[in-house]
Amino acid sequence: MATSSRPFSIKRMPGFSLLALTCFFALYMPLAPLVVYSFNAGDNIALWEGLSLRWYVSAWENDLVQSAAIRSVVVAVIASVVATSLATMAALGTTRTRPYRGQTSIYAMVNQPLMVPEIVTAVALLIFFALIKESTGYHGYAYLISAHTAFCIPFAYLPIRARLEGMDRVLETAAADLYATPWRSFTRVTLPLLLPGILAGAMLAFVISLDDVVITEFVKSAGQDTLPTYMLGQLRRTITPEINAISTVLLGVSVVMVTIIFFLSRKKA
Amino acid sequence: MSDDVAVEARGVSKIFGASTDQEVRALDHVSVSIAQNEFFTLLGPSGCGKTTLLRLIAGFEHPTDGAILLEGKDISALPPFQRPVNTVFQNYALFPHMTVAQNIGFGLEMQGQSKDEVANTVGAMLVLVKMENLKNRRIDQISGGQQQRVALARALAPRPKVLLLDEPLSALDLKLRKEMQVELKRLQHETGITFIFVTHDQEEALTMSDRVAVMNEGRILQVGAPHEIYNRPHDRFVADFIGDTNFMPAEVIEHDESEVRIRLPSGIEITVPAPPGLPQGSEVTLAIRPEQARIVTDSDAISIQGSLTDEIYIGTDTQYRVDIGMTSPFVVRVQNANGERARIPLGSRVGIAVDPRTIQILQD
Amino acid sequence: MSAEQDSSTESFESLEAHAYQLEVRQNLLLSTPALIVLFCAASGPLLIMLVFSFLTPGDYGGIKWQFSTEAWFQVAFYRDIFDETVSIADAHLSIFWRSVKLSFLTTLVAFVLGFPTAYFIATRSPETRNLWLFLVTIPFWTNLLIRTFAILEIIRNQGLVNTVLIALGVIDQPLDMLYTDIAILLGMTYVYIPLMILPIYASMERFDFQLVEAAYDLYATRWRVLVRVILPLVKPGVIAGSILVFVPSLGAYVTPRVLGGGKHLMIGNLIELQFGQGRNWPLGAALSLTLLVIVMVALIFYVRSAQKEGGAHGH
Repeated sequence: MATSSRPFSIKRMPGFSLLALTCFFALYMPLAPLVVYSFNAGDNIALWEGLSLRWYVSAWENDLVQSAAIRSVVVAVIASVVATSLATMAALGTTRTRPYRGQTSIYAMVNQPLMVPEIVTAVALLIFFALIKESTGYHGYAYLISAHTAFCIPFAYLPIRARLEGMDRVLETAAADLYATPWRSFTRVTLPLLLPGILAGAMLAFVISLDDVVITEFVKSAGQDTLPTYMLGQLRRTITPEINAISTVLLGVSVVMVTIIFFLSRKKA
Repeated sequence: MSDDVAVEARGVSKIFGASTDQEVRALDHVSVSIAQNEFFTLLGPSGCGKTTLLRLIAGFEHPTDGAILLEGKDISALPPFQRPVNTVFQNYALFPHMTVAQNIGFGLEMQGQSKDEVANTVGAMLVLVKMENLKNRRIDQISGGQQQRVALARALAPRPKVLLLDEPLSALDLKLRKEMQVELKRLQHETGITFIFVTHDQEEALTMSDRVAVMNEGRILQVGAPHEIYNRPHDRFVADFIGDTNFMPAEVIEHDESEVRIRLPSGIEITVPAPPGLPQGSEVTLAIRPEQARIVTDSDAISIQGSLTDEIYIGTDTQYRVDIGMTSPFVVRVQNANGERARIPLGSRVGIAVDPRTIQILQD
Repeated sequence: MSAEQDSSTESFESLEAHAYQLEVRQNLLLSTPALIVLFCAASGPLLIMLVFSFLTPGDYGGIKWQFSTEAWFQVAFYRDIFDETVSIADAHLSIFWRSVKLSFLTTLVAFVLGFPTAYFIATRSPETRNLWLFLVTIPFWTNLLIRTFAILEIIRNQGLVNTVLIALGVIDQPLDMLYTDIAILLGMTYVYIPLMILPIYASMERFDFQLVEAAYDLYATRWRVLVRVILPLVKPGVIAGSILVFVPSLGAYVTPRVLGGGKHLMIGNLIELQFGQGRNWPLGAALSLTLLVIVMVALIFYVRSAQKEGGAHGH
């Protein structure tokens, strides 16, 4: 039996590295044509006719795309800000305290949007809002914003809670020992240390809201398209490389956001 | 006399998890009086309640029973931020998002002092703990020993009436520890602030304190100056916990006001100074320090007989272990004069002589 | 003296209790705003949906306020409008079956590919580990629609896969991959695999490889080490990953819509149909609740099996 020239590595599992690398390749491979074809000069989404930015320009100039994009961002900003604030308070109320009755119920309810399939929530909201629309005639953005805020709360809550749990209570005790009232202890010690978690939660909520398709699709009224629902609509009709262009831009945004998050988490560690 | 009292605990009890099946009685009707300008140590094994008592004085817990008084006033219900008492925490609890100077000045800021006043005091504190050049460093950039000094400065800066120290030296290596012990003593003298120090290290307690309270299982067993605790332990636990002790049963034969005649297991009778109230014929336990005993090879002297089982050289001393027919060997510690050791063959018959005046009778 | 002591004892016990009550009240106050929003826009509407499932469909969509259990009946059965015979709603059942089947397969494939990937990342050196994590996190944060669209692009008849295969001479005619069950499976796996990788990675990161050393020291083979040492200890991550893939797959809507065309429906699409062409809101509500129940059952099943294994191993 020939002895292997490679020393025995306890961490090596045969085939795993190959599978892993295949997986990484598979994750990125489909994105390549997507991005490449956004620069296609031709009309056809299949035939390559040279490099061009025309689709980016056309998307940029497309009124529908513009308004959808603005709507997406506005809703995402409002939803993430409100959701993060509410989630921060909820996290403070459910973490690092003496156990009390109802604590687990609150935790369950905060995380409920994660447990229920999106389509179920979407349908429930459709029905509920339809009732309200009938009786009040209101067709504005409050539905969209409240729906987004609601499902963003657990996404903001989890990183904040995780950060809070990692904070030793002795620091607040030390602050109290040094004459800080509970409020000042919160603003001078708890909050500054919690900030990275809050930022992470806010960013997560923002991206989740920006990316949402299903709930938005069911809850929106006519003319209230966000970028994802606009794209979904386009996919049912003729597909032009404009979709590729928009997708590439959104992909770029994701990359930027993830990079920021990674730098943030490096810093606090 | 009561003007001199800084902190007093009166009949203080603390029960955690009361009326559940995990009820823990951390403190059991503890009373103690700590004087102004005193370096007072709470000494005991982990779980004895010393940290709980400290936290009650600081205000981080409420007593279940009894009262905590500061200079005669009952502060039991006051929250910690209203007590002029500051704590040096075991793991320092320095604020990681602030610099050294900001940490030290925190208490002063909370008290509403002006920026100038804060800066002045912080400067003075930095000099006091010899950390002037580290003023603007972040906490994660300084060493453990330096963090300890910052924690100290932070707690001293607001000039509290009492400084509480919760095993602050336990994370330091031996050399640094010894240095800090001297430092702390100096600081206490210079500032005149009452220090209440918690430790499980009896050597540390004996070195630094004006008085020591030995605790076990939620109770204070004995309070006294270090030499009193060491030489005159009341209690088997105290005798055992502080330094090494030899225990020996004995029977009371005769008793008068200041002395008692006892019979040792081997039959020898000696007279020992003792507190009154020991009934004739009762069994008592004797505590004898190893360094108060001598090895005698002269069979004329009155001594406890036994055979030498071990001879252990410890640099400054030699420790002899003698089998005298009890479950544990009797330990004798002899200083090595001129670096010489009296070599006695193992197994030979030796006698142990003790000055009766150093024998302590324990109350059980 | 004892009277004083009694009252001071009483006041201290109530001091303790009082402080606790204040703390609880503060906690509840802090949590309430979030709970209100969630109740209004997440949990509460579920109750309304339950009510709706017991109503009658309106003539042009919407509902008529008239009690009826017809919707629930229609979930699984079909009543012929002419001769009133009752039969099993094959269409619905095949859609349920497809959903469960595809979700299960998606979870399986995601596990088979995702577990080694998580393992791989966890066994890299700390410096490179962050890079690999970064690479996994980007798809995770990329819009689901974009990723589904990317799959659409490459499996179309003129897409990348077919072009390459034809160019290599492996096939003559393009493979019809789009608008099939396979397409949906592919799409869902692609979309949800990061959700399998990340929780498993989180568990693996905490795994103590000294246990593996000990196992090898005691003559275990690589396979045994994997199955008897590693897998049981990273089980929480595997369970979490499986749930995070299975639940969304079951309720998938976008991916089957884009990749399945109109013919291969999953539960999500069936539900949507009731609010569109189908004009049967109560049925849509009933179907949604059915989906919810299936998901809850799956969750309980998973959690139970996790606890059982934990008990068996004496944790």
